[in-house]
Amino acid sequence: MSNLFDLLVAGLATGAIYALVAVGFTLLWQTSQTINFAQGEFVMLPAFLMLAAMHAGAPFWLAIILGILLSMILLGLAFKMLLVDPMMRHGVLPLAIATMALAIGIKEAVKQFFSAEASPFPSIVPTGDISILGHAVSLQSIGVLAVAILAVLGLTTLLNRTSLGHQMQAAAQNPTVARIIGVPVERMILLTFLINAFLVALASLLITPIYLAKFSSGEVLGQAAFIAAIVGGFNQVRGAIAGGLLIGVLDNLAAAYVSTQYRAAVPMIFLIAVILFRPQGLLGRAEERTV
Amino acid sequence: MKSTILAGALLAFATATCVHAQAIKLADVAELSGGGATVGTNWKNGIDLAIEEINAKGGVLGRKLEVTHADSQSNPGVARAQVQKALDAEPYVLLGPGYSGSVKVTAPLAAEAGIAQIMGGEAAELTQAGNKFLFRTSFGQQSSMPKVAKYIHDEMKAKTVAVVWVNNDFGRGGRDVVVKELDRLGSKVVADLSTEAGQADFAADVGKIKAANPDAVFVYLNEEESARILKELKRQGVNAPLMGETTLIGQKVIELAGDAANGARGHVGLTTDAPVDLIKAFREKFSKKYNYVPDHNGLKGYLAVYMVKAATEKMGKVDPKKFADTLHGLTIKAADEPGILMDVTFSDTGDIDRQSFLVEVVEGKQVVKQVLPKVK
Repeated sequence: MSNLFDLLVAGLATGAIYALVAVGFTLLWQTSQTINFAQGEFVMLPAFLMLAAMHAGAPFWLAIILGILLSMILLGLAFKMLLVDPMMRHGVLPLAIATMALAIGIKEAVKQFFSAEASPFPSIVPTGDISILGHAVSLQSIGVLAVAILAVLGLTTLLNRTSLGHQMQAAAQNPTVARIIGVPVERMILLTFLINAFLVALASLLITPIYLAKFSSGEVLGQAAFIAAIVGGFNQVRGAIAGGLLIGVLDNLAAAYVSTQYRAAVPMIFLIAVILFRPQGLLGRAEERTV
Repeated sequence: MKSTILAGALLAFATATCVHAQAIKLADVAELSGGGATVGTNWKNGIDLAIEEINAKGGVLGRKLEVTHADSQSNPGVARAQVQKALDAEPYVLLGPGYSGSVKVTAPLAAEAGIAQIMGGEAAELTQAGNKFLFRTSFGQQSSMPKVAKYIHDEMKAKTVAVVWVNNDFGRGGRDVVVKELDRLGSKVVADLSTEAGQADFAADVGKIKAANPDAVFVYLNEEESARILKELKRQGVNAPLMGETTLIGQKVIELAGDAANGARGHVGLTTDAPVDLIKAFREKFSKKYNYVPDHNGLKGYLAVYMVKAATEKMGKVDPKKFADTLHGLTIKAADEPGILMDVTFSDTGDIDRQSFLVEVVEGKQVVKQVLPKVK
């Protein structure tokens, strides 16, 4: 039983990071019909930007700020202006393929400029345990979970409780009408790209101390987050959050109770079942798009 | 007539001198680029250092050694092509590769050519295929794992052991031998966990170890995965002593795992930190020449060349066909051949027996805690 509790906590902590990345997937899809297959690499890159800042002599806190800012410029602004905007007019599929190419480009660039070997990455949460209901739970798991939950709460508050959020939703639901009523649609779309870049940088900060900074670490994350987004519902932020947490827990339970060799297969089987029986996702709505 | 005889005699003398002075050609195929570049570069530098030393002292049986280096790009397919090319040049002995996978695909080529191959691979199966031309420079798993199991049982006094291994040829080979040995000694394997190469998340695996509550944990993964599991073991507060091999306590693992590596112990066949005077001298010479401290692969390359020297001098002639036969069963003593660094015996299968070391990570540094004697 204690084992199950540990697995659930560890699964939720990993799942919370998947959720951050999956939310980014849904945001981009909602506002610009971009399926970003480089999302995993978007999580890998900020850690290297932070490492580069630290190598240049910046303290960790400053490296985090610089890393997040640079990520927002590169993975938000530049990604939208240099890749999404020019490719958008050719349709969803060419854009998706272009993001695949971008993923390869980012991986190879990191390999070239840093190293093919893994690098250590400091944790923002100290190591150690605290006792919850008689179970020793690691501070790192709690910290990861807490930061991820705060980020998601902040995002949902922004979307649902502020005028800016309502404008973003309007721009996503019906850009034409939104434009007529004076919503700066282009700016709202850019904002979602910046939010996505912030979320992936945050995910990078949380996951890299555990996974280590390595050029290939985005592959697993991108795939897990993509599955999470589809399972939860590609058109709902809350769906992506639920999907992320579910995949994280499922992955850990599968590794413990099914087999380590088949752990990657279990979320896939679940994905196939969802696509077959509930294609809009567990919390998604059919034929509808909302942020 | 007289002048013809004189000319003939001169020609014969010149040819004999030329043959006498002809260098002994060695061919090296190593991982000089790609994922194994650290392995191959250390190996190559070790070879070059040994050849330089031997040639400075007059060579082997009065003949200089020469080596050609080829790059396998850490790719078994490329390694095979490079070995074929090297064998076409009819070398005396083939050196390398360092990766077990590359050795596996190149060994049949060298055996077919009847050329001895001295390599760096450690997978158990390499010397179990009946190849009469293949020689190790370090322990195979069938030599190292019994020492590991004995240490876990005798020194760690572990009655229950969790075994975590990576699901590939390397991991499976080591796991099979260690589980068998632990069973023979009477230590019970309470968790037998296979993990995947490149695995990032070890939370579930460590959860299982925690649930099994073993007296000791044996970890047999590649370097990066070793670092990840060490961090996760610390994160989940697993306090059982950790035992592994070179891949658990290597410098790269210590760098990646940080504090989490402290206390981990490992069996190491070769280390430049060994409390052996000849190894210390080697480390100094190597560091002076290349400006960095070599890892065990540098030692392996260096030893490979001295194996060639010792076996050739034992034969008293340079005979590639008889080289392998001579090396089988041969014991080379460091007192007779200092370049071999430690007394070593080669079995009929090309496996190696020599003393080894028990290393513990103390405050981020490898510390040799114990010297483990030769098995026989």
